[in-house]
Amino acid sequence: MEVLTHNFKPAAKKALLDKDLSAAMGRAESGFVDTRRKVTDELLNFEEFRTLGRDVKNHTLANLDYYLELFERNVIAQGGHVHWAKNGEEANRIVLDICKKADARKIIKGKSMVSEEAGTNAALERQGYEVIETDLGEYIIQLAGETPSHIIAPAVHKSKKAVTELFDRYHAPMGYETVTEHEAIVDQARQILRDHFCSADVGITGGNFLVAETGSVAIVTNEGNGDLTSCLPKVHIVTTSIEKVIPDMEALGGFLRLLARSATGQITSVYTTLFNGPKRDKDIDGPEEFHVVLLDNGRSEILGSEYQDILRCIRCGACLNHCPVYTSIGGHAYGWVYPGPMGSVLTPILVGRENAGDLPNACTLNGRCGTVCPVKIPLPSLLRKHRSDLVKAGSQGAVQKGMLSFWYVLARRPVLYGVLMRAFKTVLSLFALLDKAGQRGRIKTLPGASAWTSSRDLPAPGKSTFQALWKTAQSASNESEK
Amino acid sequence: MNSEAKAVSGNIGLFVTCLADLFRPSVAFSAAKLLENQGFSVTVPIQSCCGQPAYNSGDERKTRGLAKQFIEQFEEFDYVVAPSGSCSSMVKIHYFDLFGSEPDWQKRSQQLANRTFELSEFLLDVLKVSLSGVDLNPSNGSEGLSDKPFVDSKITYHDSCSGLRELGIRSQPRELLKQSCGVEIKEMSNSEICCGFGGTFCVKFPEISTRMVDNKIDGIVETKADILLGGDLGCLMNIAGRLKRTGSKTRVYHYAELLALETEGDLVDDGIAGEKNV
Repeated sequence: MEVLTHNFKPAAKKALLDKDLSAAMGRAESGFVDTRRKVTDELLNFEEFRTLGRDVKNHTLANLDYYLELFERNVIAQGGHVHWAKNGEEANRIVLDICKKADARKIIKGKSMVSEEAGTNAALERQGYEVIETDLGEYIIQLAGETPSHIIAPAVHKSKKAVTELFDRYHAPMGYETVTEHEAIVDQARQILRDHFCSADVGITGGNFLVAETGSVAIVTNEGNGDLTSCLPKVHIVTTSIEKVIPDMEALGGFLRLLARSATGQITSVYTTLFNGPKRDKDIDGPEEFHVVLLDNGRSEILGSEYQDILRCIRCGACLNHCPVYTSIGGHAYGWVYPGPMGSVLTPILVGRENAGDLPNACTLNGRCGTVCPVKIPLPSLLRKHRSDLVKAGSQGAVQKGMLSFWYVLARRPVLYGVLMRAFKTVLSLFALLDKAGQRGRIKTLPGASAWTSSRDLPAPGKSTFQALWKTAQSASNESEK
Repeated sequence: MNSEAKAVSGNIGLFVTCLADLFRPSVAFSAAKLLENQGFSVTVPIQSCCGQPAYNSGDERKTRGLAKQFIEQFEEFDYVVAPSGSCSSMVKIHYFDLFGSEPDWQKRSQQLANRTFELSEFLLDVLKVSLSGVDLNPSNGSEGLSDKPFVDSKITYHDSCSGLRELGIRSQPRELLKQSCGVEIKEMSNSEICCGFGGTFCVKFPEISTRMVDNKIDGIVETKADILLGGDLGCLMNIAGRLKRTGSKTRVYHYAELLALETEGDLVDDGIAGEKNV
C-alpha cells in the first residue's frame, strides 16, 4: 500500500472538516467503547487474561524461530504449503504464482490487513485477475476505491447514506434497486457476493492466530465470509505475518477471549474457524490446495529491539477506538495500513521513521490506549521512544529544536528563569491590556502563539510569579515576627 | 488532627509547577495553605521545571539535566508535593527510566520519587485528612462558606490523564471536595477522556487539539455545570481558554483553590491573577 504518512498534518486537517466522517467516528467510538467495557467487566478476571496474553506472546516471541518452524512442519504434515516472504513484493509474487498455477481468473478475499500491507489486490489486478473483497466493510471500500480506515472495521468512516449512494452507482446497472436501510444493504451485498463465492477460483484470507502445535490457522469473523472464502474455491491462500504464531490450542482459547472482547465487545465472534490444510479424503468440502504466506516485512528487525513489545499486537483495534486523536480524525490521515496508537508505533518502524515523524508526535500521551490493550503493550512509552529516536536522528523541526534549547538554557538557570518569567508576565499583561476584546484577564491574540490563540483564549497573568509573591510574603511575615 | 495524621510530619518542599508559577499563583498558594493547615512547614525552594516538556518531546539529554537539577533542589525535604498530576508523575514514575545508565542518580531519583506526591493524593492517602474529619480550613469557619464562588453551583470534574492513569488519582479530589466543602460532583460522561492539551501537542497539532477540547466541552455542557474543576493547570487552561472563546459562562478552577477557599476568580476571565477576590 502506498505510504502517505508524510502527509499527516494536511490529511488530518482535511478529515476534521469532513462532517460525515466526524458523525460516523462519533457513533463508532461510543459503540465500541461501551460494549467493550461491558463485556470486559463481566469477565471478572479480564486483567489476568491480559497478563497471560502478554506473557504468552512474550514467550512466543522469545522462541519465535522454534514456534514458526513447528507451525510450518505441522502445516506441511497436513498437506499444506508454507511460504516465507521477506517483504510485500515477495508475498505478492508467491500469491501470483499460486494463482497462475491454479489457472485462476476470479479471486475472492476475506479481510487481511497483511494483504493490505503488501498491496496484494493491486498486484493481482495488474495481472488481470478479478479481485472481490467479501467482508462487507472491505467490499464497500473496494467499491469506493479507498483503503481501510480501521483495522477491524475498514469502512467505519462511511455513513449509511454514503453506502447507499455507492451501491446505487455500482449495483443499479446490474438491476438492483436502491437500498437505504442496514438490513437491505446487507441483503443486497449478500446476493451479489454469493455469486462470487460460487464462481471464484482462489480464496485469500488473513490469519488471526497461527497455532504452532497443530499447524492451524485461526480466523474470527462476524459474517462467515472467511469460511466461504476458504472452503468454496479450489485454492485457499492465507496471507499473514510471522508474529501471529502462538504455541498451542490452550493459548488460543485465551486469545480468542481477549480478541473478541477488546475488538467488538463481543464475548465471542460469530464465526471462529480453524483451517487445517486442504480437504482430506473423507471431507465433504474444503480447498484442494492450502497455502500459508508468512510475511516478515521488517518484523524480524523489531525482534530484540526496544520496540519488540509491539509485536505482541493481536490487531483488535481497541487502542484505535479509545484514542481521542484517532476518533477525531479517522484512520486515513495516518497515511498507511495501520492507524491509531498501534499504527503510530508500528508504521514508523516499517516504513521508516523519517517518513512518519508526525505519527508518534500526534499523541497527547494520555495513556488510554495502554490501559485497554489486551496484551499490555506499553503504547505511550513506545510512542515516546520514537520521539526520542527522532531527536537522536536530528529529525526534529528546527523551530522546535531552537525553542526547546532556549527554554532548556533558561530552565537550567533557575534564578535567571525567575527574572525572565516575571518579565514575560509583564509582557503578557501588556498584551491583555492592548487586546481589543477589552476583557480583563484574557488574551485573544498573541504574536508567536497563534497555534494557541487561534482557537483558545489565554489567561492573562497577574503582577508577578508565585515564587516572587511567596518570597515577598515570607519576608513580610518574618518582619512582623521580629 | 487524629493520631494517624500526626504520624506524618516534617518539611514539605512545594513543587510549584511552571504553569502555576506563571499563570496561576493562587493554585500554589492554595496548596501551601492546605499543607500548612495540617501542621507542615512548607518551603518553596528556588525551582524552574522538572523537565516534562523535554521528556515528552523526546529529548532525554535535556530531561536528565533538568531532572538532576530538580533532585538536587528537592531531595532535602521529607516530602515533595505538587498541585499537578502530570508534574508529580514525571518525578514519581518517569525519572527512574531516565537514569538506566547512571545507577547513582537512579537511586537518588527513586528515593525522591517515594516521597513525592500529588496534592490530593498526599492529603487523602498519606495524611488521611478527610477520614479523620479534619477541617481543611480551620481558620475560615463554616460561616465563611456561604459567599464562596461554588455555593449553589453545579460542579463537574475533569480527570487529567497523567494523574488518572499513571498515579491512579480519581477519588481523592472528589472525596476531599465532598468532605471539606460539601461539593457533590455532577459527573460528565467523558471525564476520563483527554482534553487535547498534551503539552506541546496542543500547539503542534492545534486543529486536532481544538476538536478534542470541543468534544470535552460537549460533555461539560451536557452536565449544565457552572464550574469545572480539575487538578492540572495545562488541561484547565486549555479547556477554560476554549470555553471563553466559545462564549461559555462556565467558570474553571483548580480543585485546590476551592478546598483552600482561595481563588483569583475564574481561570481565564474574572480577574487578573494576584488580585484575590474570594
